[in-house]
Amino acid sequence: MDDGNAYDGLVEADPDARWAFGTGFHDTLAGVDDALPPSVDRAQLATYCLMLGDDALIMAQRLTQWTTCAPELEEEVALANIALDLLGQAGPLLARAALADPTTVPSLPPGSPVPPQDALAFFRDPRQFRNVRLTEIENGDFAASTVRLLVFSTWRLALLQRLVGSCDAVLSAVAAKAVKEVAYHRDYAARWFVTLAQGTQESRRRMASGLEAVWPYVQELFVAHRVELDLAVAGAGVDPAKLRADFDQVIATVCAAAELHPPPTASAAATPGGRDGVHSAAFAELVTEMQSVARAHPCGRW
Amino acid sequence: MSQTQESWPLYEVFVRARRGLNHVHVGSIHAADDEMALRHARDVFTRRNEGVSIWAVRSDLIAASSPGEKDAFFAPSGDKVYRHPTFYQIPDTVPHM
Amino acid sequence: MTQTETLAHEPRTFEQLIAAGERIEPRDAMPDAYRATLIRQIAQHAHSEIIGMQPEGDWLTRAPSLRRKAVLLAKVQDEAGHGLYLYCAAETLGADRADLTANLIEGRQKYSSIFNYPTLSYADVGVIGWLVDGAAICNQVPLCRSSYGPYGRAMIRVCKEESFHQRQGYELLVTMMAGTREQQEMVQDAVNRWWWPALMMFGPPDTDSPNTAQSMAWGIKRHTNDELRQRFVDMSVPQAHALGVTLPDPDLCWDERRGSHDFGQPDWSELARVIKGDGPCNAERLARRRAAHENGAWVREAATAFAARQRQAVVA
Repeated sequence: MDDGNAYDGLVEADPDARWAFGTGFHDTLAGVDDALPPSVDRAQLATYCLMLGDDALIMAQRLTQWTTCAPELEEEVALANIALDLLGQAGPLLARAALADPTTVPSLPPGSPVPPQDALAFFRDPRQFRNVRLTEIENGDFAASTVRLLVFSTWRLALLQRLVGSCDAVLSAVAAKAVKEVAYHRDYAARWFVTLAQGTQESRRRMASGLEAVWPYVQELFVAHRVELDLAVAGAGVDPAKLRADFDQVIATVCAAAELHPPPTASAAATPGGRDGVHSAAFAELVTEMQSVARAHPCGRW
Repeated sequence: MSQTQESWPLYEVFVRARRGLNHVHVGSIHAADDEMALRHARDVFTRRNEGVSIWAVRSDLIAASSPGEKDAFFAPSGDKVYRHPTFYQIPDTVPHM
Repeated sequence: MTQTETLAHEPRTFEQLIAAGERIEPRDAMPDAYRATLIRQIAQHAHSEIIGMQPEGDWLTRAPSLRRKAVLLAKVQDEAGHGLYLYCAAETLGADRADLTANLIEGRQKYSSIFNYPTLSYADVGVIGWLVDGAAICNQVPLCRSSYGPYGRAMIRVCKEESFHQRQGYELLVTMMAGTREQQEMVQDAVNRWWWPALMMFGPPDTDSPNTAQSMAWGIKRHTNDELRQRFVDMSVPQAHALGVTLPDPDLCWDERRGSHDFGQPDWSELARVIKGDGPCNAERLARRRAAHENGAWVREAATAFAARQRQAVVA
């Protein structure tokens, strides 16, 4: 073996083997028809894609904040995997929103090379984000983050499973792939939920506090926005109210295993909520940080 | 050597890269129990589509993933092409890269 | 060769295996000093991967495009994975990850001094990929042939994965150089700040590196610090040219006679200061690692307690 070139030592008989071990990578949207379904209002479809894309983006942003702070190295890797899956879902959803209704994309200086999905992520004001508030609340400790991840992935999985049947081929394809990802996220969160609830006195106390902190944001997940209702009728989207039974059943199973009781859910969610662009104070901070580099260079190339 | 309450035991990890091959030892991870060991092994050692099956072994106990979990276990890394260097466009004229 | 014949052979000694260029494996007899040197080297390498997550990790929440955010997260995640592979290699020598972590956060073991420099702009993410990971690859590729089997195998995996790290960095810089004038200036500024620390990554000059001879005799180290530094400079110069940036060394020039570049010497007193703990970010880096470890203690304890309870339930 010759070390003359730093990479020579890695070259093996198979020319691809020097790069990595895996093969068979695929593009989720390869071969998917991106024509807009005629029965669906374009502006509404765009808003709906923003809702689902923003949920994934903001949740990924919060998960990313665990990097270098996780309780063990293996958990660093696991949490980053979940954030990467969600980022992978956000991209095509924001791109779909831009395609369905180009007027949703913030205008940038002439000649700006920023692609539309990035313009949406990095140049919208906080009020224009459509994510549910559950995704934006601060991480808290690992217990609170676990509760939030369990709630989010249980709800999103129920949503995605129905979205596979969407008449919009892109939404259907994104959902079909995301179902497998989010099933794993839910499994990860449920295991930690039970482990921490049944671990030590300290961990059980923290789980109880985590439940208290997260539960006020649960009801909002099932309140249908006008756009969600209309798209459900058109066969492109899902009415979130219909997800409640599935959600309650999964949470009841996990809580039974954990021997923990979730606090009662408020009968009505505070409206307007995240779907209407109304967010918490912490959200403005999160968005400002996320967008700071991109906004400093509106004509930048990355 | 300290084995305090907070340090998890070591597991050896074996991955079957694709059908037709043996499980091969790829390294080790720490986990509190067998289930966590499998998940840690999945997260750490199959980030690049490397595997279709995992064994995690603590001393003489063997735990293996079940085939039914294949999709949720392994499909998510199927689109993370940015983990591969060939994903990056580098001009051909740049040497040693 | 039949099994009988194999068994008939006297087991080869450590010295015979090393002389034959064979690998040493965990259960082989080995000199205490070989074991201790390896544990120290592998642990420092592992610590460097884990602390090395921080300078770039600081830009994760601010990455300026969805693609760059995913790329950077995958990269920082890899570093956690690499630290993990290396700690496990050290564990095959009888070390314990919890002890090694304690050595790091209590300041008893070192990590690469490069990670004590701050990242000041997003161009730093690119330059770290290009120069810092490039230097790391020069250091690490020869380690794939380390005489200690588990270390060599861990390094093969690390090097394969790191080849993406360097390319994503260089690609970011190429893209930024095609962007606005401000972006081009950010790239040059980052190169100016990281070039000398990158050269220091290969360690002090050979004349001032007392452990090199023994490590080379044992096959733990394959090249001297100065050999690797020269190789890195020779690789980087044409890459800098293609990128359109200047390397901040007035003495840098091609030496026809040697077929290599001549270059200036880094400020070795600065390296000594940073290694001693006086770098711009030493305290901050260790404090963050310590906080993560301490804040995670209750989680690790809970998982241990839960596992113990599950085992009891199975027995009962």
